[in-house]
Amino acid sequence: MDALILTVWSLVKIVLVLVPLILCVAYLTLAERKVIGSMQVRVGPNRVGFKGLGQPFADVFKLLCKEIIIPTNASRFLFLTAPILSLAPALAAWAVIPFADGWQIADINAGLIYVLAMTSLGVYGVILAGWASNSKYAFLGAMRSAAQIVAYEIAMGFALVGVLMMAGSLNLGDIVRAQSGGFFSWYLFPLFPLAIVYFISGVAETNRAPFDVAEGESEIVAGFHVDYSGFGFALFFLAEYANMIMIAALTAILFLGGWMSPIDGWGDGIHWFLIKTAALLFVFLWLRATFPRYRYDQIMRLGWKVFIPVTIVWIAVIGFAIYFEVGPWFGTVRSGGL
Amino acid sequence: MTFELFIFYLFAAVMVFAAARVITARNPVHAAMFLVLTFFTCSAIWLLLEAEFLAITLVLVYVGAVMVLFLFVVMMLDVNVEPLREGFVKYLPVGILVGVIMFIEMVFLITQKYFKAEQFPAPERVSADALSNTESLGRLLYSEYLFQFEIAAIILLVAIVAAIALTMRRRADTKYQSPSSQVEVRKQDRLRVVQMPSEKRSS
Repeated sequence: MDALILTVWSLVKIVLVLVPLILCVAYLTLAERKVIGSMQVRVGPNRVGFKGLGQPFADVFKLLCKEIIIPTNASRFLFLTAPILSLAPALAAWAVIPFADGWQIADINAGLIYVLAMTSLGVYGVILAGWASNSKYAFLGAMRSAAQIVAYEIAMGFALVGVLMMAGSLNLGDIVRAQSGGFFSWYLFPLFPLAIVYFISGVAETNRAPFDVAEGESEIVAGFHVDYSGFGFALFFLAEYANMIMIAALTAILFLGGWMSPIDGWGDGIHWFLIKTAALLFVFLWLRATFPRYRYDQIMRLGWKVFIPVTIVWIAVIGFAIYFEVGPWFGTVRSGGL
Repeated sequence: MTFELFIFYLFAAVMVFAAARVITARNPVHAAMFLVLTFFTCSAIWLLLEAEFLAITLVLVYVGAVMVLFLFVVMMLDVNVEPLREGFVKYLPVGILVGVIMFIEMVFLITQKYFKAEQFPAPERVSADALSNTESLGRLLYSEYLFQFEIAAIILLVAIVAAIALTMRRRADTKYQSPSSQVEVRKQDRLRVVQMPSEKRSS
């Protein structure tokens, strides 16, 4: 009986997280078109519903009605599973995200590496889609994406090492609680280089502009999902935007104090988490409207020769600072939990 | 049968099936994906043992990085399986012999009284809330097993250096771009704005 109650309660929590998430994805696509439109002095979509607010639903309806085409000699099973493999980890990672104090589906001790493991699985969807389509453009996109994601994952992992050295915990809730006490307690300041590296690696990991060589329209049509139509394409779209929101939420949790308010005593809560996530998502759109696409060798250089050395040096700096209890931030780091 | 046992058998069955398919699948990409499934179910079984750090690390390292590179290579190589199957009948007796010897060895090992399950009582169960196994592993690795850990790290470093030394061949006629010098280019180095007075049309 207890097991039944636990199962039902978990399902309710999953629905409570996923339904708003999918609505956010839908409106993020509209926000992207509106924001980029206004940055390029255009209007953006404004026909469906009041001021274009019905646009996401019109898009989904259109994609649902389209025919699903399977290319000749495609590996049928993998071709159909690839979009699911890309979406499932993007949604599974939300299980450990704390929205406010205690508001999370699973409060697990190894939350940080769970998130890292789940985000590293998303690449399978991309690789398999590229391979199974039996198309050279799709395959080139998949190869580019695989090399890029493996490269940036290392920098991302090292940036997280800095966070867990400061917090002394892998539990995402504990990491946020360690940043309580207002604006200047956030890890953004002591870990500034790591925060920048983490966010940029996150942009690269989600294949967003200016790192979107995996779907570089000018060279390889649409990259790994060139042969997908209808709902397969919609699932890739959904996964990409869910991953974007995920990276924004994680940056907010790890470096901007999650649900903590910027000024001590203003009242913490989920609204601060949502405001920080939304601001970071705006940066994602802003980047896309501002920068031209990176050339492939420059992406590799940035990942291997710039980000990884920066993170290694900063980890050493944090290590010394914690050991000698330097400054306003490193003096109070708790040393382990035991 | 408890629910936990049911989950264990479910994952174990999937794992054995996937492991068998790794060697029987005709397409190398499918075989690699079955290996991914094997790792994944293995990590689920480790989670049942409450070894959450090892389970997640298995997914993170093997599934998230090693198998991605593996797939990368397998997809690029275009392996043709047919020539590999040519000597199947010829080598079958040797294969069977090796298999039978290994099977007999395993049976001896399991039925020996020193290795029976009764000789190894199950360790006392500690709640995951009381003891984080990430922390325990870290403490052991960096105190008791520090030298072993460092030696493993050095061996890995040597392996990386050796792999790079074996594969890196610079040909004299290859043209390289140097992104760092490209990034440092300024407008003054490349661009010259020429001021000219406007001219009247001649005709």
